This record gives sequence, structure tokens and C-alpha cells, in this order.
Amino acid sequence: MSERVSLMQGNEASVEGALDAGVRFYAGYPITPSSEVAEDFAAKLPPLGGKFIQMEDEIASMAAIVGASLAGKKAVTATSGPGFSLKQEIIGFANMIEAPCVVINVQRAGPSTGLPTSPAQGDMMQARWGTHGDHPALAVAPSSVADTYLLTFQAVNWAERFRMPVMVMLDETIGHLREKVILPSREEMIIVNRKHPQGSPQSFQPYDIEDEDLIPPLPPYGSGYRFHTTGLYHDETGFPANRPEITKRLLDRLHDKIDRYKETLYLYDSFGLRQANQLIISYGGAARSAKAAWRIAREKGLLVGLLILKTIWPFPEEIVAQAGHDKNNIVVAEMNRGQLIGEVERIMDKRIPIRGAQRADGVLITPEQILAQLEGVN
Amino acid sequence: MGRYEIRLSGAGGQGLILAGFILAEAVVRFTDQEVIQTQSYGPEARGGASKAEVIISDEEIDYPQVTKPDFLLALTQEAYNKYNRDLKEYGTMIVDERVDAAFRGGPTYVVPIQRKTQERLGTRLVVNVVSLALFNHLHEVVPVDKLQEAVLERVPRGTEDLNKKALELGQELAQELNTYKVFREEEEEDE
Repeated sequence: MSERVSLMQGNEASVEGALDAGVRFYAGYPITPSSEVAEDFAAKLPPLGGKFIQMEDEIASMAAIVGASLAGKKAVTATSGPGFSLKQEIIGFANMIEAPCVVINVQRAGPSTGLPTSPAQGDMMQARWGTHGDHPALAVAPSSVADTYLLTFQAVNWAERFRMPVMVMLDETIGHLREKVILPSREEMIIVNRKHPQGSPQSFQPYDIEDEDLIPPLPPYGSGYRFHTTGLYHDETGFPANRPEITKRLLDRLHDKIDRYKETLYLYDSFGLRQANQLIISYGGAARSAKAAWRIAREKGLLVGLLILKTIWPFPEEIVAQAGHDKNNIVVAEMNRGQLIGEVERIMDKRIPIRGAQRADGVLITPEQILAQLEGVN
Repeated sequence: MGRYEIRLSGAGGQGLILAGFILAEAVVRFTDQEVIQTQSYGPEARGGASKAEVIISDEEIDYPQVTKPDFLLALTQEAYNKYNRDLKEYGTMIVDERVDAAFRGGPTYVVPIQRKTQERLGTRLVVNVVSLALFNHLHEVVPVDKLQEAVLERVPRGTEDLNKKALELGQELAQELNTYKVFREEEEEDE
């Protein structure tokens, strides 16, 4: 049992994290800046007895991982903005039928094909609301290569535990970055597997909820437990039912299964929050610049705190509110025209000024741009 | 040592991205320092000028991009023209002898890297490793034998001997490095 020290790229770390969490199926359609993810899975899955399939497009890739998941495998796909858009319909389907799966989105500048090799964080709201309907969402955003490993591992665990798609919102900055990482030994990583039914195949009802966690067990197709899935509202048999009380019960449960545990899902790093009257909030690649800005501000004697969000959805409202309620300036640093700043504004007291440090020209935001939004820098 | 920014540049295909990768990996394997490696992607990386960047530091490296390189290697004029501008004041430069470089105040070496590599090894394929050995000597990142270990781990199978010779040539050029040093014109007049 020893730590693993190596030089690793962000994209590569997402593969390592997924494999260590038990992923044995990948389907994808390679796209810059996520292509190394596909390349790495292609090299590493077959020796582990896993399957790698390069599909005809992104929609089929998403459908393939949902299928693999129902057949009992832990399954992942990876893409970037244009592919993430295409996958949305089936992400919604996975939400509705409760198929565990993980989508890695290495964000590049959009809309459309945008800038293939340039960083952006323009898909953060798409991860929340990209597919239609009142669905919940689970998404994480790594700001280092080591984080990418840990959060992808966590994403696979969450997918299994909550039976739903989980998004790993990388960006080009972290996806392509190589850095020294120290990962825990594999023995220290705790793997979560989906629940299997306890009863007999004959009495099996696929969406019959018996457990307190509101999650139905999921047997693999082919194991004797027969079940039907549909994107339509369904009852415990898995067949369509359009009665209002069944619709409400299912939609409420899809939300409640996350809401009930959301405080255990809030992953973040915080620095110097207590001795601070100003706060920087950031995530993903932009958080690297935010950390530098925070360090420089502290060196100048400014009382600044830093909150780096790792869990993006569900938005860690209580954490942000707690960190920001006593501050007189909050700066939200992100590589878009302002996405998560809206969430911060929504939950904070309106009297606290909230400023955006934003950059959306395909270039990593600089520490100077973030510093410029703090009070008393000059 | 605080944050030290290294930029290795040349023509696409000269293997500088591999050199940057090997350097960063050597730092991880044989030192206690932090390291980051980035490179140019996309159209920028194909043909023309290409660069690999490495940041080495005793402390956590937050902002991951090179903004003011402490060291610049330029193997071609195009790479020099494109990547020299933001060199740190008094930063160190190693350029190939065919590059027309302006003296910038810091230690500057004009070295016949490409010519010597061709003459001695009969190929320019390994200018990246020759350059890496030169840089490593100058900066003493890792011991020579460790650099060799890192290089042999990553170069294509069957090229080990050629790359060992490239490392030797790099070491040799490094021993003569002071003869390649250029000085400010007035300094030369003073002497």
C-alpha cells in the first residue's frame, strides 16, 4: 500500500480514476480536446477484460453506455462541447430510466465547433439544464490532475449509488495539463457498486422502492430479472403510466434521492475563509488562476478567502452562503460570460456586491484579471 | 528554488514536446520538486514553430502557464521570432547557431546544435535529446545518469544507442558552453 507518484495528464487521470472505480466499458466518438481519454481507454480497457468501442457518433456513444450500464457494466463516454450537445437527449433518458453512467466533457470554447484546442467553461449550465425536463443533475469540475483522478472515481461511485448520469466537467486547461500527481494507493480507494435485487426474478418489480434511499435495485440484463425501460413516466413495473400521481411520485423521487443526501455531495477546497473580508469563488481550470490571485493578494496583506468548488451540481448553496455571508466583496472567476455567478447571486444577500472575473476568448483567465476585481489591490 | 519557467521551441517534428515531457518526468522521478508540462496543440503544433513548456518549483504550482520564461531554447529562427519576446529580463537563452538572436542581457549561448548533431550522429532526429542534455547541464535538474534513464524510458525502441550518443554529444557541447557564450558588444570592446 503506497502512494502512486507520476507525471500525468488530466485526460489520462480521468481514465485512471474511472478504471480504478471499476469502469469496464467505454463508447465514444473522439473529439479535441478530449481525444486522449478515448485513446487511453482503447489502450487500457482490453487488458482488463473491458470493451472499447469507437461509435459512429456522439449520440450512439451515449446510447451505448446506457445499454452497457443496463447490462451490468460501469460505463463512461467522453466528449467536448459539440458532442455534449448531441448527447443531451440520451442523458435525459438515462436520468429517466435511472441508468448509472459517467459523461466526461472536456470543455472547449463554443458555441458550435468554436475553438477546438482552447479552454472554456461555457457548458456549466448545460450540465445542469442541457436536457429537457425537471431533472436533477450531478456534476463535478476538477482543477488539478490529481483532482481529476479523484473526482472521476467519485463520479463513477455516485452514478452507481444514485443510479443516474454524472458529468465530469473538465476543461482544456486541466485536460491537457501534465503535472506531478501523488495518488492514494488503490487499496485506499473505496468502490461503490449498484444495488442488486434481493428477491426472486419472478417477483421482481424494477421500480419498486423499498429502501430509505429511494433507489431501486438494478440487476443486469441477462441475469433472469426481466424488466422494461421507457423514457415515458412509468410506475413500479417499468411500463408507461400517465396518471398525475404516478408522474409526481416519480419526478419527486428523482429529485429527492439527491436532495436527501446533497450535503454529503458537496466537495470543495477552502483557503483562509475566516480571516477574510473578501472572497474569491472559482472552479476547474480558472481555479488555478484564482489560487494564484489569492496567494498574491495575501502576500499584499489583503484579507481574502478562496473557495474552490469541486461539486458544481447540486450547487453547494449552503457552503457558498456560509463562506460569503460575512464578506463585503465576492468575486466569481470563471471562463465564460458568467454562468455560476448567477447561482451565487441567487443565494447571497443582495447587499453583498458580487463581481465576475470572466474570460471567454479561448485563453486561460489570468491571476491579474481576478486581482483586478478585488478591493484595495493597488 | 522558486518557480522556474522553461520554454523549449523549434520546428514541429524536432521532438521538443517529447523533450519537455522527458524533462518533466525526470523531475517527478528523481527530485522532490513540483513540475508542470504544457505544449502547443492544434494548428499551432503542426509544422511551423512548436513549443513545449515546463515549470519547475519547490512550491505548489498554481497558475499553470509560462508567462515569463527564465529559459528559452530556440532551434529555429521562426521559433525564436515567435517565442522570444516574453523572455524574462536576464533570462537564459540557448539558440542554434543559425538563429539570429538579439542579445537580451542574460546568459546567451549560440551553439551549433543542429550542425554537430548531423556531423557526429549522421542525423538530426535527436537534436531534442542533445538540447535536453545541454539544458540539464546548465540547470542541473537531475544527475546525468538519471537523465539518461528518463530519456531511454521514453524514446522509441531501437533508438536507445542513438539517444545515448545524443546525450554524450549534449554533455560535450555543455563542457564547451562558455566558448559559445555571447557578450554585449561594448563588453567585447572592453576586453
